[in-house]
Amino acid sequence: MAPESAVAAVPPEAGFDRRADHGPPALLVRGLSHAFGARQVLRDVSLTVGRGDFTVLLGLNGAGKTTLFALITRLYHSRAGKIEVFGANIQSAPEAALKRMGVVFQQSTLDLDLTVEQNLFYHAALHGMRRGAARQRIGEELARIGLIERRRDRVRLLSGGQRRRVELARALLHDPSLLLLDEPTVGLDMASRQFLLDHVRQLCRARGIGVLWATHLIDEAVGDARIIVLHQGEKRAEGPLDEILAMTGMRDLKAAFDLLIGGAPKGAAEGDAP
Amino acid sequence: MTVAQYSLCLSGIVRREALRWLNQRGRFVSALVRPLVWLAIFAAGFHFVLGVSIIPPYETYIPYEVYIAPGLLAMIQLFNGMQSSLSMVYDREMGSMKTLMISPFPRWFLLISKLLAGVAVSIVQAYIFLAIAWFWEIVPPPSGYLLVLPALILSGLMLGALGLVLSSFIRQLENFAGVMNFVIFPMFFTSSALYPLWRVEEASPVIYWISEINPFTHATELIRFALYDRFNALSAAVVVAYLVVFVGLAVWGYDPGRGLMARRAGAE
Repeated sequence: MAPESAVAAVPPEAGFDRRADHGPPALLVRGLSHAFGARQVLRDVSLTVGRGDFTVLLGLNGAGKTTLFALITRLYHSRAGKIEVFGANIQSAPEAALKRMGVVFQQSTLDLDLTVEQNLFYHAALHGMRRGAARQRIGEELARIGLIERRRDRVRLLSGGQRRRVELARALLHDPSLLLLDEPTVGLDMASRQFLLDHVRQLCRARGIGVLWATHLIDEAVGDARIIVLHQGEKRAEGPLDEILAMTGMRDLKAAFDLLIGGAPKGAAEGDAP
Repeated sequence: MTVAQYSLCLSGIVRREALRWLNQRGRFVSALVRPLVWLAIFAAGFHFVLGVSIIPPYETYIPYEVYIAPGLLAMIQLFNGMQSSLSMVYDREMGSMKTLMISPFPRWFLLISKLLAGVAVSIVQAYIFLAIAWFWEIVPPPSGYLLVLPALILSGLMLGALGLVLSSFIRQLENFAGVMNFVIFPMFFTSSALYPLWRVEEASPVIYWISEINPFTHATELIRFALYDRFNALSAAVVVAYLVVFVGLAVWGYDPGRGLMARRAGAE
């Protein structure tokens, strides 16, 4: 088994670079609002995830990130606004939208009583994949995350970090062009967090997959990531790190984030939850 | 999506249900033991108390064990339908329901596939029960074993669809005890599973009419007649009508825009 921090190289996809295919963005959200009864959870949220972009959705717990994910994945029905995945509207063309989307939810969605392989075959069937093709993809993805030899183990026997990796492999099984991850590193140790982050960033670069990574951990918004700050159901900022720093006049993201959500700037960025 | 992809999706859902059933040995054993306990203990106790006169589809006097066997087959399907409902609630609480719901296939197809998967499992249990019941001298005509199959499919679908509707109502796993008290037991006891309805009518006309509209009564009668080479058109029509209503309610209940799932989301 690969060490927790090891990331197998993600080869570029043969003959197809999604970034070169000019067209609608991977994800387009416009004017999205949602309420549960009288409680407004999202207010007029608009955002874009470009093809091959690594976009971090940064917000405190309760900011509306999970509701946003539930609307994008059609678990809930949006009453106001528009969601498009590669130009396909999630409400009027859900099949076209969902088949290009891979999702890792905040809460684990693996069946603990089934083996790793059985969970992945189930997902493949839910995307209409033939068994032979599914077997090959399962082998590839499990090898990439260093869990090929655990494929016949029940999920119950895996550690939290290993389960997360299996969920990532599952989300990639049907070769999506947009990957949504809702707080994927919650509850993981540092090595597992780093593994996931590195792996997904490599996928972004090598395969041109658009990624929306929701988190409340500021240190996950690193490098050339685009950042969206969500607070109390409203988008407070969107853009690369330097734009957000320029807009807020702060030296680091932690201070900028505190300012954007209405708190006092607290100096240097930290890895802890804001 | 092509027809081949639809069939791959359906077979994947059925396979997963079968694997869960095989992995959960307690569920497998209890599904079989429950009707056998009724057959071995309840039927033995009432063997000399309850006489069953000649009523269709039987052509002669029958022992009480023979009378309740079709009701116990329907009981397997009722419990299996509720077990599927429990499994849906569990999947929702544990999050694995999301895996199903974000599949690109239409939601109505996913729900019907889930329903068919539950029915497939219940039919295997029903035939195992029939094989064991043979030792109690419950021996329908050989053709009855074949003819009962469509009846089991239809009644299994109807009771499974009822389970799906209930699962869209139930918020938490803990509420499932209420289903036992307010759905399973009333349905079972106000039906023709344990006693013929003419006996119920003599005792209480109100309960008789409740039994007449009880879908479980018609599931039981459909199975009873099929097992003895007869077709009960009225029961078949009632089971189909209930099936259509329950499937419609289940699809509505799981609709992200209109159904109970969408309403409940606000409370979570």
